[in-house]
Amino acid sequence: MSLMRITSPHAHGPSRTSRVMQQVLLATLPGVIVLTHFFGFGTLVNIFWAGILAVAFEALALKLRKRPLGFYLGDYSALVTAVLLGIALPPYSPWWLIAVGIASAILLAKHLYGGLGYNPFNPAMVGYVVLLISFPVQMTSWAPPRGAGELPGLIDALQACFLPASFDGVTMATPLDLLKQNDSLLMEDLWQANPQFGRWGGLGWEWASIAFLAGGLWLLYQRVFTWHAPLSMLATLTLMAALFYDGGSSASGGSPLFHLLSGATMFGAFFIVTDPVSSAVSVRGRLIYGALIGLLVYLIRIFGNYPDAVAFAVLIMNLAAPFIDQYTQPRTYGHARQGGDR
Amino acid sequence: MRKVFDFHGGIHPAENKHQSLRTPIASAGVPAELILPLSQHIGAPAEPIVEVGQRVLKGQVVAAASGFVSVPVHAPTSGQVTAIEDRLIAHPSGLSAPCIVITSDGLDQWQECQPVADYHSVDKADLLARIRDAGIAGMGGAGFPTAVKLTVKPQAPIATLILNGTECEPYITADDILMRERAQHIIEGAQILSHLIEPSEVLIGIEDNKPESIAAMQVAAQGTGIEIVVFPTKYPSGGEKQLIEILTGKQVPSGGLPADIGVICQNVGSAVAVRDAILEGKPLISRVVTVTGEAVEEPQNLEALIGTPMSYLLQTAGYQAAKNQRLIMGGPMMGFTVPDADVPIVKTTNCILAPSAAELPAPPPAQPCIRCGMCAEACPASLLPQQLFWFAQGKEFEKAEQHNLFDCIECGACSYVCPSTIPLVQYYRAAKAEVIQIRQDAEKSEHSRLRFEARQARKEREEAEKEAKRAARKKAAEEKARLAAEQGDAQEDPIQAAIERAKAKKAAQASGGDAESELEKLEKLVITTRKRLETASTKLEAAKAEGSEHVDALQLGVDKTSAKLAAAEQALHAYQQANPSPDIPAPAAPDDAAQAAIERAMAARQADAAKSPEEKARESLQKLEARLAKSEARLQEGRAAGEEEKIIIALESTVERLREKVAAGKAQLKQAETC
Amino acid sequence: MYALIAQYPLLAALFALVSLGAVFGAILGYAAVRFKAEGNPIVDQINAILPQTQCGQCGHPGCRPYAEAIAAGEEINKCPPGGQAGVQALADLLDVEAPTLDEEHGEEKVPHVAYIHEDDCIGCTKCIQACPVDAILGAAKHMHTVIVSECTGCDLCVDPCPVDCIDMIPEDETLRSWHWQLPDPNSRQVDIIATDAAAEAAA
Repeated sequence: MSLMRITSPHAHGPSRTSRVMQQVLLATLPGVIVLTHFFGFGTLVNIFWAGILAVAFEALALKLRKRPLGFYLGDYSALVTAVLLGIALPPYSPWWLIAVGIASAILLAKHLYGGLGYNPFNPAMVGYVVLLISFPVQMTSWAPPRGAGELPGLIDALQACFLPASFDGVTMATPLDLLKQNDSLLMEDLWQANPQFGRWGGLGWEWASIAFLAGGLWLLYQRVFTWHAPLSMLATLTLMAALFYDGGSSASGGSPLFHLLSGATMFGAFFIVTDPVSSAVSVRGRLIYGALIGLLVYLIRIFGNYPDAVAFAVLIMNLAAPFIDQYTQPRTYGHARQGGDR
Repeated sequence: MRKVFDFHGGIHPAENKHQSLRTPIASAGVPAELILPLSQHIGAPAEPIVEVGQRVLKGQVVAAASGFVSVPVHAPTSGQVTAIEDRLIAHPSGLSAPCIVITSDGLDQWQECQPVADYHSVDKADLLARIRDAGIAGMGGAGFPTAVKLTVKPQAPIATLILNGTECEPYITADDILMRERAQHIIEGAQILSHLIEPSEVLIGIEDNKPESIAAMQVAAQGTGIEIVVFPTKYPSGGEKQLIEILTGKQVPSGGLPADIGVICQNVGSAVAVRDAILEGKPLISRVVTVTGEAVEEPQNLEALIGTPMSYLLQTAGYQAAKNQRLIMGGPMMGFTVPDADVPIVKTTNCILAPSAAELPAPPPAQPCIRCGMCAEACPASLLPQQLFWFAQGKEFEKAEQHNLFDCIECGACSYVCPSTIPLVQYYRAAKAEVIQIRQDAEKSEHSRLRFEARQARKEREEAEKEAKRAARKKAAEEKARLAAEQGDAQEDPIQAAIERAKAKKAAQASGGDAESELEKLEKLVITTRKRLETASTKLEAAKAEGSEHVDALQLGVDKTSAKLAAAEQALHAYQQANPSPDIPAPAAPDDAAQAAIERAMAARQADAAKSPEEKARESLQKLEARLAKSEARLQEGRAAGEEEKIIIALESTVERLREKVAAGKAQLKQAETC
Repeated sequence: MYALIAQYPLLAALFALVSLGAVFGAILGYAAVRFKAEGNPIVDQINAILPQTQCGQCGHPGCRPYAEAIAAGEEINKCPPGGQAGVQALADLLDVEAPTLDEEHGEEKVPHVAYIHEDDCIGCTKCIQACPVDAILGAAKHMHTVIVSECTGCDLCVDPCPVDCIDMIPEDETLRSWHWQLPDPNSRQVDIIATDAAAEAAA
């Protein structure tokens, strides 16, 4: 028997890409449960339909590119993209909307660039933005949460997805929409006039955000990613909101708490910003990357045309990630400390 | 308590050290055959000073150091030198290297040892020479000659001597058990080293996972001023640079030596070797080796002679070859796989690891890098491993260098944590080698260019010298002629001038001869002769008419000229026949042998490119056969002429070789035809 | 003058543009002369990339003549010893698309060195004359030998030898020259992009 000749190290740690992806999937669970509790089965249907499509598109792309299917499907990355996009889309989205979104995410944003690890943009966010720009009506109509209306059942949810014409669900504007279009004088008035604001950041959404925060903290504990980018993003967003919040006049942009707990802030901070492939890599780089995303989120929310901003902010910063990496190389052992941007 | 510092990154792999610590150090005994590689250290290989068949005593020098950065090799036991040849050695390449093979005579008879009773009374240079002559090279892994390390005179005085008892690699316990059992010897070695370099402090660094060692060393160090520093276990804290940062908070500058920041680092094993060399006069001929892994039944530490085959030690520990699919010299993080179990251990072998397949499974296929950054977190050199991987993979070696590729210590922490199981260290090793190769190639090419240019310049100079000589000769001749003309009478002048003109013309023709083709020359000759004949004929007619007395002479001249004309015409005709297309001038003869060779080769290659392999083979065969025939003829000729024997022999072997080539060519042709 | 310019804005604009142009042109011209970059002439840069084997496979008598020819517009893919890497380096320098190596001039081989079978050498000095880098040592009627460290493996000495005693042998892999290779992307599925390239190359 001949002896194996390979290079060191011969020992290997337990971490595997597939395990990381599984952990991310698991961490979305609390958020998904809360979303389902408040908005009904819409999100679940979204996720399942997106998951089926994602695996199918991934398999198709791999087949076309003549790659071993089992090897690459086993990394769960397509499923993660599908779940993230499924959560980001409004519940009760029609099937074709999800299909277009997943196709953009898997085929356009991922495989056209060379597959996992080579995509410069976050695939889920590319899918989301394509839909947001192409179908703004469908993308900004959220179902009313529990407490503001009657929740549809599972059958209704399936009908809403696959037989959209037969479903006449009620939709209503999200808190961020309302904030953008508000015409009352005080925040308090706005709050009272619209029940969907909930207590802090949107009925239902505030609890979903807290659930996503919990999932994110668990991932941090599992060392799936480092704290730098999410914390820096949340801190910057809080700072910006605090700077521009004047205590309640409607001209100001909402309280820091409102910004943290509404829209996709928490979901974005822990599940989108932390996507390693498209983000900056060094510690300083991730701090800068997160901070700029936080800044952009606030700016786009307050001054932009679209109500929420996480997707745009992330995509813009994806573009900047290589540049940030270039200038935030850590100081290598044995090199002078006063090397400036080394 | 001393403040210890932390270094960036690091990992905590499973230690697996207890398996080999159940029994004390055992002697491995003397194997029947010992194989001593001549290069067991960094630097120039040692040079053998014994002959095959010679009897050697234990501790006798068998190969001498061959330079400053080199150490000698000693016979580990008494016996006979049975071979000095290339043997398979412990190297990841699986290549062979020159070794001295000693067959043991079983007597284990020492040569006379010359210990130093009181090293304080001996000159330091003498002590250093003894350390060097004892063949001591760093026993922690790299094998840098210890004496060299101690000799290097830095700008800054050495403030700190560090003894490295960290042993951060999993599985290995050789230093651990040495510290447990021979703490006193380590301290004595440390005192000798301290005496040599006079540092302001002596530290012995030990990870906190070795409580027994720490206790033993603390007891031994009491009252000596040597400090035992304990710090948290983390791989790779035993790396020289990392250990220095842990103990002093200072970093060794990139590309520099620890001595640059006033630190010298030695392995505890080296300290014991130094102690044995000075206090007992014994050279480095044995060391403690951990034999461990699930494929051995009794993992343990063995005191083994340098040159003992690994298989011998494995057998001692109960080797189960069937369970083992790779054999590692060193630990699981930085050790390398050896090609065969019979390779000998060397001065740097601290561990033989024979893992089972379940223990260290074969690496799974690598997945794409997802830039998770875990490698950057683990890197003790604060590099960006994923970027280096990216550049190495894309062969952008320049960029990899800019990202400090050469500060990588190849500790393997990045590969260990990589979720995509990418063999990162292999990329870095290959990239480093590639960069070095490119540098060497550039150097060689620059060197060749200089030589080529020097040759061109020399040739030009020679040509110029020849030209100058020619000019000088010509000038001298002219001078001579002028002098003669001045002296001679005036009447000769026009004749002399005519001669000069003719000469000049001839010279001009000779120098520009290549430009004027043969044909033109001949034509001109015909024309001028004809003209001369015409003028001569008219003159003759006139003279005849006048009835001049010169008629006879003129007649003679005309006859002669017409004969010349006939000859010239004939020559021209012959030339035209020989060259059927005189309109196209013959190609200028290549004036340079190299140029000619190049052109021939070019033409041949162009012709080759158009041919099928079969044709090529046939053609080359034909050529070879022709050459063979020629050579044979030449040989016959030579024999007939009774030429020198040397030449005949040379010709004979040429013919022989050509015959072989013809045979090979025939085989090739056959193959090409069957294809 | 001012009145005239004020009256015709077109003239004013023209005047302004022309004078601006003149001023900046003068500055640029001065800078071009004053701060002229004494760059490495392009021939030297090309020559630095060529492998200096002086083998003549490109059809030029040595590397520098080929460098000069390239500077004058010749194809850059005629140097087999430099290999595809050399072609790539030249393409990068000259900022052109890298062509593949021209097979007509020979194939890329591992480095070779000349070896003289010294028993057979008759001491004719023909190889010494052919060697472009003076890497062969010997005198008339005495055995010659190759200085291995100087040999560029150019092949030019093989043809002139009347007794065919020179062979080109590939350089041996030694412990010093051995090194780890990059992992093979095909066998280990390391790299998606590289396998794409390999698939294209195979097709």
